[in-house]
Amino acid sequence: MRRELPIAITFVLGVLIILAFFFDSPTLTNASQSLQNWAVIIAAFALGIASVNLIQVHAKKIARGQDRLDWLYSGALLLGLFGMTVIGLFKGPADQMYQFWFNALFTPGQATVYAMTGFYIASAAFRAFRIRNLEAGILLVSAALVMLGNVSVGEALWSKFPVIGSWLVNVPNLAAQRGMMIGAGIGGIAGGLRVLLGIEKSYLGSGS
Amino acid sequence: MVQGRVFSFWLLVVLIGSMLYGMWRARKGIAIKIRRIAGLNAIEEAVGRATEMGRPVHYTPGLGGISAAEATQTFAALAIMGHVAHLSARMDVPLIVTIRQPEVLPLAEESVRQAYLEEGKVDAYVPTNIRFLSNQQFAYAAAVFGIMAREKPAANFLMGAFWAEALMLAEVGSEVGALQIAGTAQLSQVPFFIAASDYCLIGEELFAGAAYLSGDPTQMGSIFGQDLGKAIVALLMLAGVIATNMGSSFFSTLLGK
Repeated sequence: MRRELPIAITFVLGVLIILAFFFDSPTLTNASQSLQNWAVIIAAFALGIASVNLIQVHAKKIARGQDRLDWLYSGALLLGLFGMTVIGLFKGPADQMYQFWFNALFTPGQATVYAMTGFYIASAAFRAFRIRNLEAGILLVSAALVMLGNVSVGEALWSKFPVIGSWLVNVPNLAAQRGMMIGAGIGGIAGGLRVLLGIEKSYLGSGS
Repeated sequence: MVQGRVFSFWLLVVLIGSMLYGMWRARKGIAIKIRRIAGLNAIEEAVGRATEMGRPVHYTPGLGGISAAEATQTFAALAIMGHVAHLSARMDVPLIVTIRQPEVLPLAEESVRQAYLEEGKVDAYVPTNIRFLSNQQFAYAAAVFGIMAREKPAANFLMGAFWAEALMLAEVGSEVGALQIAGTAQLSQVPFFIAASDYCLIGEELFAGAAYLSGDPTQMGSIFGQDLGKAIVALLMLAGVIATNMGSSFFSTLLGK
């Protein structure tokens, strides 16, 4: 029953959500909406469980006091976690102090990490464009043509660069992308079906 | 039936039918030949490499949850993770799993714990190696960078749904010298994984991968059914292109129903 019951629940609820998408029935729509609301509530509880995991991992690091300054970073994380929770619980998320820490520390931190993408693109492009084989050579030439087609200096050098660049993006590239999209879409349906029918149950800890 | 979804519904029925047919064939014992997927065959090599180097293995089942459109990718990633956990337990190499979505954490914990149990290495299972980092995209990414820099995994598995952080995660793995196997059905991230990883499971290979590794004939049969479904869709597309170029509006009317 440890596995059969979750599989049965997954099947019944999954079929219900699929039917609600296709059939115009208020009963199905309401049931589907309720299920989706439950998912939000379960996710909120899951965040509580996940926080316990976070606290365990970092409390262990602090208790050991090892690994250079790791314990200090863990301390800062737990201080932030508990500090923001206490402020949020007692003063609400609209509180000035809560907003200050969120806007002055968290948001710029996220923006900084995102901004690093540019540097990573440069290093990844350097490796990807090394001509190791024919495919990598084609990739390099295609990328150079697309880049030249997208910058004004490219058009100044030769008026056909934008035309060639657009063709590469809109014809061979798009054709390949659509092929992958169709494959991924059908693969997704097959994967979903395997989970719904209980054929794929490794997420329940059944192993491979 | 909802207007505009009639064709989609019947197409879904046909696709499900083709997969059920594939599974039925497999159950009847009809052999199914599936091409070898390099990325999946390299999993054992990657875990073996970590064992030889005395360094851990890092696995992320992506940043998607289990209730949105990316759910199937997360489930596929969790299935592959089960296989990696078995290998890690067998080869006595620490497996670090990093989680972004809180609801994925219990599934990952159970899957890894069960793998260690089945390998008879339950004492080697370290609960704190299955780590929830943050449900915020870039906070999660930054935490993974830290783990990579400090613990220097020899193998890095990036499977599931990824967004803007995909390239950064793969590049950091590359910087620490990890053998990287990535897989996603997020098409906008596939080029980044191809550029930065050693092996990449592209789109449907991620879904097929879970079934491929299981070795279960029924699951393998569903891959056959999946390919049959693709052939049906390709035929419909071809018929649609020919009909539309000949001035027929049959297919456009059908799609709008």
